[in-house]
Amino acid sequence: MLVLGCGALANELRAIVGSGGLEHIDVECLPAKLHNRPALIAPEVRARLNRLAQQGRTYERVLLGYGDCGSAGAIDDLCAEFERAHAAGDGPSMTRVPGAHCYEFFATAPLFAEMSEAEPATFYLTDYLARHFDLLVWQGLGIADHPELAELYFGNYRRVVLLTQTPDGAQRARIEACARAGADRLGLPLEIVETGYGELETTLTSVAAPRRNTATPDVTAPRRSTVPSELAASRRSDEHQVPA
Amino acid sequence: MADAATVDSADADEEIDLSALDDDDLIAQMHDDLYDGLGPEIVEGTELLLGRGWGADKVLNEALVEAMRIVGIDFRDGILFVPEVLLAANAMKAGMEVLRPLLAETGAEPIGKIVIGTVKGDIHDIGKNLVGMMLEGAGFEVVDLGINTDVDEFLGALAEHRPDILGMSALLTTTMPYMKVVVDTLIEQGLRDDYLVIVGGAPLNQEFGEAVGADAYCRDAAVAAETATDLIKARRAAAA
Repeated sequence: MLVLGCGALANELRAIVGSGGLEHIDVECLPAKLHNRPALIAPEVRARLNRLAQQGRTYERVLLGYGDCGSAGAIDDLCAEFERAHAAGDGPSMTRVPGAHCYEFFATAPLFAEMSEAEPATFYLTDYLARHFDLLVWQGLGIADHPELAELYFGNYRRVVLLTQTPDGAQRARIEACARAGADRLGLPLEIVETGYGELETTLTSVAAPRRNTATPDVTAPRRSTVPSELAASRRSDEHQVPA
Repeated sequence: MADAATVDSADADEEIDLSALDDDDLIAQMHDDLYDGLGPEIVEGTELLLGRGWGADKVLNEALVEAMRIVGIDFRDGILFVPEVLLAANAMKAGMEVLRPLLAETGAEPIGKIVIGTVKGDIHDIGKNLVGMMLEGAGFEVVDLGINTDVDEFLGALAEHRPDILGMSALLTTTMPYMKVVVDTLIEQGLRDDYLVIVGGAPLNQEFGEAVGADAYCRDAAVAAETATDLIKARRAAAA
């Protein structure tokens, strides 16, 4: 089995696969910058699979470490195409992580819906986006060169929420500091929600389950994701309103 | 090669005197300037053309709208990305602010009226604002309801403004289904046939537009302006 995911999920995918019983799964990642060019994701997935096949690396199952990710259904269309071919005996079966994007599958759909309902004007960060805020947001959106764009992009937002995959500790503190610096730059308050790996982990373990059960019957149970109620309890406000 | 690079660099730094250009060259330069997001240059070029006796509508169409159309094509083709499009839109907006009062003075009848808004739960308005500007450039009277617009606000605006077209925008897959709520409410209230409905937004596609019962899905701002114009003409031709 292959997990082919967004580079923004590389650490998380490797951590899940390395957590026990999933070592037979290969992990490949596409560049995270595709996040800003979603129309290219499906073609790049196809190209990577073709390249792997040319190298003799073929798989029975492929899990895409993507949500819809703004592809307007193109990733789902690609999965459906592979599923049809697989049913006809040609190539791997392919599915993706449920949800619109990584924010949703990290938070899980119910919690993400709850947060979106409570405050639609929320700019979400994951650990990856927080760590690379300057590169992906400030420079990637052109604000570094054209500060006047900040208002156009973020004028309607009222808060930043860090959906963190990292438990309390030194690493978490560093990520929070990055998120706080980003929120400060946007002049928005920061809230922090610990999500764990959410549906990325449950989907990966679920898709991997049949083979894993056959090959390694005594595998360690996968690490549990934090459930929505626990997430809600772990949420804390970190008011950092900065003068506009 | 080094010499050529030096010459190119010197050329690039050279100030272009817009007033020294003839009309055709000035229009071409304005297309370049808008593409590069140079608002002050667009304002200067707009004022120069007006000073040479050009009508405001001609300046709008030949200098600004045409340049923005090129920007739209290059965005669609992956040559430009959102930051560049936003800078270009800002430059167009600067030119529009010079032209808008003059366009109003001429009393020209708008091609049609459109109410637009980003649907409930969604606060993204970059695309919608581009659509509004391109529609205005195409001669529409645009009523912009802003962001996070619920069905009651849409219906209230339709009753108040009696537009030809309702346009809805969404950036999120979680909010785009709300478009169907609005269309279904129009149907329930027997109002659907009174309005043309167009929809757009990054996660939408043609299939989704059909599924929610819109008259058209528009993949970008330039297409929205073209589609709105075509739909109005077709409806008027059918009624004639």
